[in-house]
Amino acid sequence: MRAYLDAIAAGYPTVSPALVYLIGMLAFGALVVFVFILPVAGITSWVERRVWARIQSRIGPNRVGPGGFLQWLADGLKNLLKEDVIPAAVDVPLFRIAPYVVVAGFVAAFVALPFAGSLIIADLNIGILYISAITSLVVIGILMAGWSSNNKWSMLGGIRSATQIICYEIPVGLSIFPVVLLSGTLSMQGIISAQGWAPTSWHMFHSPFLFVSFLLFFVGALAEGNRTPFDLPEADSELVAGFATEYSGMRSLLFFLAEWGNLYVIGVLVSTLFMGGWQVPHFTDNGVVLAVAQFATMFVKAYFWVFVAMWVRATLPRVRVDQFMTLCWKYMVPIGLVNVVGTATMMVVLPQGSIVLRWIMVAMTAAILVQFARRVFFHLRRANYGRLGRISEGAA
Amino acid sequence: MTAADVMFFVLAALAIVGAAGVAFSRHILYSALSLMVALFGVAGLFITLSADFVAGVQVLIYVGGVLVITLFAVMLTQGIQNVAVSNRAVGSTAAGLLTTGLFVLLLRAMAKAQWVRPSGEVSAQTSTAGIGNALLGQYVLPFEVASLVLLAVLVGAVVLTRKETAE
Repeated sequence: MRAYLDAIAAGYPTVSPALVYLIGMLAFGALVVFVFILPVAGITSWVERRVWARIQSRIGPNRVGPGGFLQWLADGLKNLLKEDVIPAAVDVPLFRIAPYVVVAGFVAAFVALPFAGSLIIADLNIGILYISAITSLVVIGILMAGWSSNNKWSMLGGIRSATQIICYEIPVGLSIFPVVLLSGTLSMQGIISAQGWAPTSWHMFHSPFLFVSFLLFFVGALAEGNRTPFDLPEADSELVAGFATEYSGMRSLLFFLAEWGNLYVIGVLVSTLFMGGWQVPHFTDNGVVLAVAQFATMFVKAYFWVFVAMWVRATLPRVRVDQFMTLCWKYMVPIGLVNVVGTATMMVVLPQGSIVLRWIMVAMTAAILVQFARRVFFHLRRANYGRLGRISEGAA
Repeated sequence: MTAADVMFFVLAALAIVGAAGVAFSRHILYSALSLMVALFGVAGLFITLSADFVAGVQVLIYVGGVLVITLFAVMLTQGIQNVAVSNRAVGSTAAGLLTTGLFVLLLRAMAKAQWVRPSGEVSAQTSTAGIGNALLGQYVLPFEVASLVLLAVLVGAVVLTRKETAE
């Protein structure tokens, strides 16, 4: 961004460069929010409902637009027009600003998220640290919402959410360390540049430690994003709707907007840290074509993980609070510590890494995926066989 | 006044307003949330001093950790909304004397300090690598001692909270 703005500022020598920079940054930020974040979060809500419906043998929203595609616009419009009910017993100022704090925390993460090689709002030197830090605003917002609602279920939801986020911050941080060790930088573009387009050059396949780190990161990120199986803060059967119980209209929708948008942030982080981000083979010298290809690569990789998160949500039951804490403190934190030490040892023993090891890791992952797909299709065939009423093995 | 000056005053105002909110708010939860504003202001000031890593860690540890734990404690405490219980003003004379004394002391320190004035334009430099090298090079011994202290604290916390098992 800086380069573009410097070029613009050079064209208007009478205007102060700082002013051009400020206006340019604000304009670009607004563009990203309205042209990218809102549609992505909205469309994700529709995709998620359709994907769950498919997994649960239902149909899902299919009335508004082709295949129900415009459902997210209809929902957004409806919620904007609805009455914004503020219950009498709430703490009004905190109740009003809580959704904005949550949304601010999630939108601020986009400042350092890379879209393509040249498309990033600001390539901060502390990119990944900044993202971990600024998303803590989300916890504050959720605690504010939970407390100000003056309702014990909301309060419990808010407290559970805060516990969850501060506990899982530790394994997530520990799983970022090996990546930072390997790349030697905290900058998001720097981490991507340390990898290549081929899977064998991705951080994920550098060593078994990095692969485990990747799994830890994805699980921890789901927990931080309050996603099933870790959606304890809004466990419907226990807490009504958790911290969002008293909210209505657009304020309520803002919480969900942050949740769906956060899925995309998780996807981008996983692909940046472990899967080479926007790296594509250098097939053309045309900068625009290359940028489009990079953007598409990044988007597909990120959306793949969004899809996996939806899949997990439709498949797994919610964990209990004690299981949740056990998983974090007794398993993920020790494994994370071993990963950090293991990666550091690897880097001393094999400073260049080992291409053989990388190929073995890729082959093993491919073998696991193939076996997984075979099992899935086997069960699908068997389920269909049973449904046709010949031999109902599944029912036995 | 340059853009950097404007930024400095905005951030300083944020920090001071936040700090005033912490001190003067009648409601302890509002105090805790004002602390967040103050912490963000201070993080911004660190950035204007090109200490980006310190700013990030400040937000991560203080807003994401310490403040959340504080809010936790506040919310789980009974009768916290009762100002007479939670935010009583006790010993205002002593507190006034103490803060005035501290203020005078800091003013004197500020007046006596030898401020380094860089000549010419100063370019922003990143601090992360420098901090890493200093912590694991020149200051490795204090760093390790600090981690030992933290380890002792962790062990102490576990011992304190552990239930005595029946013999």
